[in-house]
Amino acid sequence: MKLKADRATLLKALGHIQSVAEKRNTIPILANVLIAVRDGRLAFTATDMEIAVVEDVAATTTRNGATTAPAATIYDIVRKLPDGAEVELDHPGGDAQLALRAGRFATSLLVLPVEDFPSMTAGQLPHRFHLPALTLRGLIDRTRFAISTEETRYYLNGIYLHAVESDGHRRLRAVATDGHRLARVEEDLPEGAGAMPGVIVPRKTVAELRKLLDEASGSVEVGLSDTRIQFTVGPITLTSKLIDGTFPEYDRVIPRDNDKVLRVGKKDFAEAVARVAAISSERSRPVKLALQKDLLTLSAASPDQGTAVEELDGDRVQYAAGPLEIGFQARYLNDITDQITEQVEFRFADGSAPTIVRDSADESALYVLMPMRV
Amino acid sequence: MRGFGEQLTGQSLCRACLATPVATVQCPVCHAPQILRHPELFSLAIAHVDCDAFFASVEKARRPDLADTPVIVGGGTRGVVTTACYIARLSGVRSAMPMFKARKLCPDAVVIRPDMAAYAAAARQIRAMMARLTPLMQPLSVDEAVLDLSGTQALHGMPPAAVLARFAREVEAQMGVTVSIGLAGNRLLAKLAAGRDKPRGFAVLGSEAAQVLACEPVGILPGVGPVQERRLGKLGLTRVGQLQALDDRQARAMLGDDGPSLVRRARGQDARLVDTGGLAKSISAENTFAADLTDHADLERQLWRLTERLASRLRDQGFSACGVVLKLKTARFATRTRTVRLPQPSVLPDTLFEAARRLLAREADGTAFRLIGIGAAGLAPLSAADAGDLADPDAGRRRARQGAIDGLRARFGATVIGRGRGL
Repeated sequence: MKLKADRATLLKALGHIQSVAEKRNTIPILANVLIAVRDGRLAFTATDMEIAVVEDVAATTTRNGATTAPAATIYDIVRKLPDGAEVELDHPGGDAQLALRAGRFATSLLVLPVEDFPSMTAGQLPHRFHLPALTLRGLIDRTRFAISTEETRYYLNGIYLHAVESDGHRRLRAVATDGHRLARVEEDLPEGAGAMPGVIVPRKTVAELRKLLDEASGSVEVGLSDTRIQFTVGPITLTSKLIDGTFPEYDRVIPRDNDKVLRVGKKDFAEAVARVAAISSERSRPVKLALQKDLLTLSAASPDQGTAVEELDGDRVQYAAGPLEIGFQARYLNDITDQITEQVEFRFADGSAPTIVRDSADESALYVLMPMRV
Repeated sequence: MRGFGEQLTGQSLCRACLATPVATVQCPVCHAPQILRHPELFSLAIAHVDCDAFFASVEKARRPDLADTPVIVGGGTRGVVTTACYIARLSGVRSAMPMFKARKLCPDAVVIRPDMAAYAAAARQIRAMMARLTPLMQPLSVDEAVLDLSGTQALHGMPPAAVLARFAREVEAQMGVTVSIGLAGNRLLAKLAAGRDKPRGFAVLGSEAAQVLACEPVGILPGVGPVQERRLGKLGLTRVGQLQALDDRQARAMLGDDGPSLVRRARGQDARLVDTGGLAKSISAENTFAADLTDHADLERQLWRLTERLASRLRDQGFSACGVVLKLKTARFATRTRTVRLPQPSVLPDTLFEAARRLLAREADGTAFRLIGIGAAGLAPLSAADAGDLADPDAGRRRARQGAIDGLRARFGATVIGRGRGL
């Protein structure tokens, strides 16, 4: 295998690859990137056996062949090469070392045999559809904060992606919950997704995909089966296993009859929460919301630091229902308001029941928040 | 004291007649060659007591004619050796060995089916004798316990070492069962010491422990089973001394999050207290099998029964579990405990079981286990249990179902209704 490519191109591709490669060396070859030139085309592959990322890289190739070498080391070297450098990778085959040359810099890297590199095949992906990168980004950003990290309910450690019928429209829905909050976002169901099974996309896959979407415009091709999902973003293909579990029937926890409505500007509200919560020394930073007609009083107390109160009055809040007191974790409120553009709409039942939060201007997202005792 | 080289210095005690000090190899008072000698003999106070070939010893005690005959307790449904007496062990018979193999090795052996009720009764008597030595006594299994004798010298009029030597003599005289005792400054070392001088042993590990352990294979450390031993071997760590040399950072890098705690164990450090369970700091249920279990489904069935027992103990005492701890003891007596936190406190058997079975799935790798247990990791008030959350819409239904089962059991007895998985 022999090729030349410019530093910036390699660096970008290795950047996508190296976070997937396993850093903890339980299986040493998982720390490696597979570098392959076939029919004159260069591709990088990294996998942790749950996720595999393959990226086609622009390069001038002079000899076919493949080898594997430590992803983090190559990334680090390429990163430290001067901007504009042309990098040559040269591997004669077998267990010979991989030569990496740039200008007057040269390094020889130990390799591991290509045959030992685990291949993660996607298998048959009977469901295929396209989504604009921007739409996919929106689905992820507005749900991923609610993904659980708990071990016992492993089926909550991802985003539940599924097709539903909602108000007579076919929708693609993304849902995540950690038990304390739930985020549900929906978009029009893309063509080809009609018969897709409900799948749980793991947290790490979501994070890797989201990174790829940062630079992407245009559309992403999604392919999936009961056990695998594959995203093709430009020259990059990310294939991932799915979480084998049953996502809870979340529809039953979404309250239907919450009729006490509060509307408040996102900026006013988020800033007041941050100021009031600053007093709290507890990890959960509880903030109490006390409501009267067109008056919202936020407060927090800390046994060793004192108390803080802020009022938002009729200029900034609309509330017409009876008095109500309810408490939430400051971080949970912030995670949701971060996703809201202008005005937040709360729908309460009472001080101890799940509360609905929405963006007044956007029907596509719905959040449910469990109150805490304050 | 055997095993650590005979040095005629340090504090000494005759195990047979409790004479002290003794400067010779044989006791000048009773002439028994059972002299304990250690520089810290009279200051160490944590003891691990392990009955020797317990089931076989109980059988021999009730049938004195078998005293000099090889005895194997086992057979039953699975056809493996549960316990072999030390005479049978001379022929190579071991626990967990298939019975046909044991018979081939030791054709003269008398094979007796396990009589768990008799062993449990004997164990209760021995425990009662231990409880007279100190209130800080924690049974670890049917034939094992750990005792903290700190501050009992005034009460007994003699140091812990002498109290223990007398206790061993009494158990042997009254029950016909010999015990091996490990005396040390903490639970870990006491356990290791107890295993160094079996049967009818008495071993002491003081401040020299780290040095003594250094040359031993890593497999002697509790929690290091065959799998872990192989893993360590691949990293070039075969002796305890090599683990001792690692600092926290290296340990974590090489061995993962459990590395530093393994290194502490290798150095003989252990901060666990003797836990009598009297203050309900922990609630658990465990079971030692008549024959070792390897099969995942068998282990799960046992686990389910214990989970139901744990759940009812929690409810009875007004608690719920914040997490679940799974305890396993391998056929080679290595204890593994694995803990997981629950999303919210629970007393529902289903919830506790789901958490525990996931822990079990990672351990049931073909290893033979002799004991399984489940306990609450952290207690919360019963009122805080199983409130349900956004990811658990069925909590109310499960609570109601369990309530119905409990109601039936309260009226008609525990066996009136059960889950299929318990069969």
